[in-house]
Amino acid sequence: MATALVKQPTTVDTQPYATRLDHVSKSFGRPGAQQLVLDDVSVEVAHGEFVTLLGASGCGKSTLLNLVAGLDLPSAGTIDVPGGRPALMFQEHALFPWLTAGKNIELALKMRGMPKAERRGEAERLLELVRLKGAYGKRVHELSGGMRQRVALARALAQDSQLLLMDEPFAALDAITRDVLHEELTRIWAETNVSVLFVTHNVREAVRLAERVVLMSSRPGRIAREWRIDIPQPRRIEDAAVADLSVEITEELRGEIRRHGQN
Amino acid sequence: MARTEPGASDTKVSDAPKTSKASRTTKTSKDDLASLAGLEAGLDALETRTAERVSLGSVLLSKLVPPLVAVVLVITVWQLAAASDLKPDYVLPGPLDVWRSIQDMWLDGTLLGYIWTSVSRGALGFVVAVAIGTPLGLLVARVKVVRAAIGPILSGLQSLPSVAWVPAAIIWFGLTDATIYAVVLLGAVPSIANGLVAGVDQIPPLYLRAGRTIGATGINGIRHVLLPAALPGYLAGLKQGWAFSWRSLMAAELIASSPDLGTGLGQLMENFRTYSDMSGVLATIILILIVGIGIDLLFFSPLERRVLRSRGLLVRG
Repeated sequence: MATALVKQPTTVDTQPYATRLDHVSKSFGRPGAQQLVLDDVSVEVAHGEFVTLLGASGCGKSTLLNLVAGLDLPSAGTIDVPGGRPALMFQEHALFPWLTAGKNIELALKMRGMPKAERRGEAERLLELVRLKGAYGKRVHELSGGMRQRVALARALAQDSQLLLMDEPFAALDAITRDVLHEELTRIWAETNVSVLFVTHNVREAVRLAERVVLMSSRPGRIAREWRIDIPQPRRIEDAAVADLSVEITEELRGEIRRHGQN
Repeated sequence: MARTEPGASDTKVSDAPKTSKASRTTKTSKDDLASLAGLEAGLDALETRTAERVSLGSVLLSKLVPPLVAVVLVITVWQLAAASDLKPDYVLPGPLDVWRSIQDMWLDGTLLGYIWTSVSRGALGFVVAVAIGTPLGLLVARVKVVRAAIGPILSGLQSLPSVAWVPAAIIWFGLTDATIYAVVLLGAVPSIANGLVAGVDQIPPLYLRAGRTIGATGINGIRHVLLPAALPGYLAGLKQGWAFSWRSLMAAELIASSPDLGTGLGQLMENFRTYSDMSGVLATIILILIVGIGIDLLFFSPLERRVLRSRGLLVRG
């Protein structure tokens, strides 16, 4: 990618990536007492690619996602998201409790500009995609944690965005449910054309899901290393290949963490 | 296409080709998908609790009987005190005397007229207070300068008894309906606005972030996220606003009574006082209470419960 970035709305087809971060830095705080959270981060997510960002606390993973989501602005560098506003999934489901599951999805469709007549059918189709066919009229509090995250995934997909950002979306779930949702996410990623940037501190989860794992160092957040994962899908979190690579990445991650104890 | 960053060279080599869209799907067999679907259905079934329905009879028994017993108890004590002639009848009439006062007004055909005069004033004043208090509350909640400027005054006004406005209002507007409505508004607007401010302040920031992510910004953000999220606090404010409207109205009617103004419950009570009719005074107090409680019970409480229940915020038992 030697060509200079054109800073104007670009169509999806003209760019080979779903998002590209170029020498992005981010600091918080008043001038003079600034804290550098992200330091010269450059990452690219190709079309249809699944990338996990892995790091310990304080590596600025969530800050980075907020920047890509457009909820915050970088202090330096450029972020290009050719497909427009990315979808974002949080650790908490963030569904609106005053709407039913179906209406939550329909609100995203409405904000995207879909005509009223088409919304109901599309919401039903998305619920079916996350295998919650009968949940249209259910209130959020009537759903289990795993079901809520699946509705949240359906709502994110309703934005019809090229890029799906996920901020530790399964961290609060029990292990069995998390395993199932890993399989679901892999399946849905395969069925749709979406590119995923998935943030986690769970090494096995990162290896289980991604085509590429990017390890970040902490305070300030920098790209430390990355791995391409060629283990064929569907993987299991307990697969030997997943475990082996997880051991290797964990060692690297621990090395990064140890450096902070030495200063 | 530069897929890896410069300097990051580690790759795990395996004999599987680089996954592409086509190869992604073929790898998951139909059996795997079916077993996953079954697993998921099982998890969903295990983790979904069905809410038990409580029968109407037991609701009535637990909600209606205790307050009825309490009322009967109070009336009994009252009757005993009145019957024991501790005080003369014109100071402490018994429940039956008071009941007769109400009955007389009913037979005269005047009772509903008094009640309607007050209720229609209270309702109109409340509606106008909502129309003013809602945008005011929204401004205070969302605009920092406005909050700094009038936020404290708004909360301060809530602790000012609205009866304190009556003399000023009479000087401004004379003995007219305008005086009564001014007092009602000054009583109700701050509590409605404050309720909305509290409702907005209590919105989890996550909802606002989620709203922005799906594109609900500006007017859409207020309409589809901010207002519905603030609804429980807003409803509590409305409920309190009604109570303040009703209280202020009674204060205004008591003091600003003139033959030109229709006779509401406050004026009725003032009339009874001038005739030293204690039964009539007590009867009016009871009517004021019944209307205040009745509107809360028939209108605001069911509305609030409905909203809270639909959001899973109402814990039973």
